[in-house]
Amino acid sequence: MSYKKSGRFDKRKPDETRPMEMSIGVLPNCQGSSRVKVGDTIVIAGVYGPKKARPKHEEEKDRLLIKCYYDLVSFSVTDRARPGPSRRSTELGLVIKNALERSIFVEKYPRSMIEIFMEIVQADAGSRCAAIIAASLALADAGIEMRGLMPAVACGKIDDLICVDLTKAEEDVHEGGGATDIPIAYLPSHDEITLLQLDGKISKEDLIEAIKMGTVACKKIHNQMKETIAGKYEKGEMKK
Amino acid sequence: MNEDSKKFILELAKDNKRNYGSRGLDDFRNLIIEANVSKNAEGSAKVMLGKTIVIAGVKMEIGTPYPDTPNQGNLICSGEMNAIADNEFEPGRPGEDAIELSRVVDRGIRESGAIDFEKLCIAPGEKAWNVLVDFYILNNDGNLIDACGIAAIAALKLARMPKVDEEGKIIHGEWSEQKVPFIKTPIPTTFFKIGDKIFADADKEEQEASEARLTVTTSSNEINALQKGGSGAFTIKEIEECLAKSFKIKDKIVDVISKIK
Repeated sequence: MSYKKSGRFDKRKPDETRPMEMSIGVLPNCQGSSRVKVGDTIVIAGVYGPKKARPKHEEEKDRLLIKCYYDLVSFSVTDRARPGPSRRSTELGLVIKNALERSIFVEKYPRSMIEIFMEIVQADAGSRCAAIIAASLALADAGIEMRGLMPAVACGKIDDLICVDLTKAEEDVHEGGGATDIPIAYLPSHDEITLLQLDGKISKEDLIEAIKMGTVACKKIHNQMKETIAGKYEKGEMKK
Repeated sequence: MNEDSKKFILELAKDNKRNYGSRGLDDFRNLIIEANVSKNAEGSAKVMLGKTIVIAGVKMEIGTPYPDTPNQGNLICSGEMNAIADNEFEPGRPGEDAIELSRVVDRGIRESGAIDFEKLCIAPGEKAWNVLVDFYILNNDGNLIDACGIAAIAALKLARMPKVDEEGKIIHGEWSEQKVPFIKTPIPTTFFKIGDKIFADADKEEQEASEARLTVTTSSNEINALQKGGSGAFTIKEIEECLAKSFKIKDKIVDVISKIK
């Protein structure tokens, strides 16, 4: 069978992402926060800071220290995840931090730190990308000086079909060429890829085509992110 | 918290008044319960108690019964003081406060007999269902025990049993018509002693002005769990006052929970 011919399970076009919902200012205690829903994946992100860096030995005298925590809620997946940090969540926290760092003017905040927390409340693939979108919105909500908002999406290949924003069911396809999952984060303002991972098997040509399709999708996500931030101020809402 | 705010709260307490609005000492903040906030859980709920926000979810697993209760399933409650909830919470493994919180919530549910554990036995001594209730604090504005307890109960009330295949293994992501056997509604109500007054549902600032708290978990006409916290103390008269108030507050909260579906 060919996915190019049969099409995707949810009838989406190859370059079409799942419907997304975004809102900011959802957690009163955080300096910035957001809720992002991408299809059936839901993330809540919160940012504390800038504040004094601690522990002291991690302080950077000329730049901002960023701490980033990705946390999969135990009941967000059908087969319960053990609560607390795992090897996977630690790795994701690191790659997400590396991606977001590129979008922040770190030199503007010497000796300071921010903490970014991402809680995956409901998971249906693409949680790290949804987490990056949520974190970037929360950073903007917190008023952190940034080069730009950072969208993210998983591009990839299902059997013979190059597409974006794979669902769990699509990731689990084993027929034909199987599924290849390539999460990317992209800074549209600078045309830079800031997160790139890959699971599966794919040719060089297909990989580049997939990434290009991913960046186009990211530009659309970026527009929705901008509208979300603008929407809050257009409505004349005061920051708490 | 600065000394001035503390003094202010203590001063007002003398006149039976509290810091914000016209809330009486026995009044709860606005309680909103949102059902089914996470669709992969057997049951889930979000509780907003003023600015305190908690989510709880139930997952079912098949395990071996304890040797002393061979014909019963089991309950495991766990929660963390998630660092997203409060600038002062530290990321990492749960600390002593988080463990106390989980255990107090757990005790209330277990001791009240809220879950019919015998119905959760599959094969005596060999196989039984474990009920895993996890809660996550998203925003801390005080009274976490009550908020987590209410969220846990709401999630349990909504929980469905997973489907099992012919070999008795769980089919993940599919549920049967049957609900988790939830038969009582235990509610924790925590009272904070501020000066010599008793406050229900203290917010974070009030909590910091308090030296002692007493959690009373009740279901119908019974007291199922108690936990005194903090370094202060209660007189017997004050304990009686807490017990009397706890039943009244519980009835109101049960009303709110009975409406969710």
